[in-house]
Amino acid sequence: MRMFSGIRRIDLIVWSLAALFLAHAAMAAVPPTPSATATVYAEECGACHTAYPARLLPPADWAAVLATLDRHFGVDASLDATTRAAVASQLGVGTSVASTSTTKTVPRITQQGWFREEHDEISAQLFRSPAVRSGANCGACHAGADRGQFDEHSVRIPR
Amino acid sequence: MFKKALIAATVLLAAPALADTPESLMQGYAEQARTTSTSYAGPSVATGQRLFHQQPRDWSCATCHTDQPTASGRHAVTGKVIAPLAPAANAERFRDAAKVEKWFKRNCNDTLGRPCTPAEKADVIAFLLAATTGT
Repeated sequence: MRMFSGIRRIDLIVWSLAALFLAHAAMAAVPPTPSATATVYAEECGACHTAYPARLLPPADWAAVLATLDRHFGVDASLDATTRAAVASQLGVGTSVASTSTTKTVPRITQQGWFREEHDEISAQLFRSPAVRSGANCGACHAGADRGQFDEHSVRIPR
Repeated sequence: MFKKALIAATVLLAAPALADTPESLMQGYAEQARTTSTSYAGPSVATGQRLFHQQPRDWSCATCHTDQPTASGRHAVTGKVIAPLAPAANAERFRDAAKVEKWFKRNCNDTLGRPCTPAEKADVIAFLLAATTGT
């Protein structure tokens, strides 16, 4: 009888450990913590294009971009609400992103005054060349673009 | 006691296998398809291949992912390199149900201009699973 209760105690410990392990595995699915939002932005937005640094657009423009992700420059880039909030916070927009945009056209980084000024010696032809394709493809000339580095001295224009 | 401990150890070892696999996701979509059509015959590699190249509007899957699902693709607009879709060439593909749903939602809208049916999703995964690096 004493042995029987001993076995049960061991069972209890083993099963508790198994339960703890499974609970821990389930926790991996909870929404990202604030420290994880940097990777959320890089992963979600960087999947299709350079993870443009937040400083390249004013917060109101980012808000307009995030409110129209389902028709994002001709493609559907929609995100679930939790992920979109994490991206918004990373971009300095705040967690309450308007569900409808008040702007008629989605703001473009390439239409910003500073962008045109910085690239005024680059021809439209070069932007459309097979090696670049689009002004969205920062990495074609700025090797450090994915790390937010756009130093003029490290520019390599593909020929 | 040993038997019980063995079962518990199996549970511990099996836990990582609870994650999604391309096969489990394909079967999940196939089961959804079966609930709406009793005559559903199961995932089809040939239908998946047709879907992959279907282009009713500007783009097909192959526009960005190329004709070879085992090869790297390139985003049609931004030029960003896209890692291969076929699990044979990229073990990270079809490992997360939420991620798979996100991309089916987006890319079916971008290519077909409508959501894909569960049967179509199962067919596309079947086609991608059939793609091997040797071919």
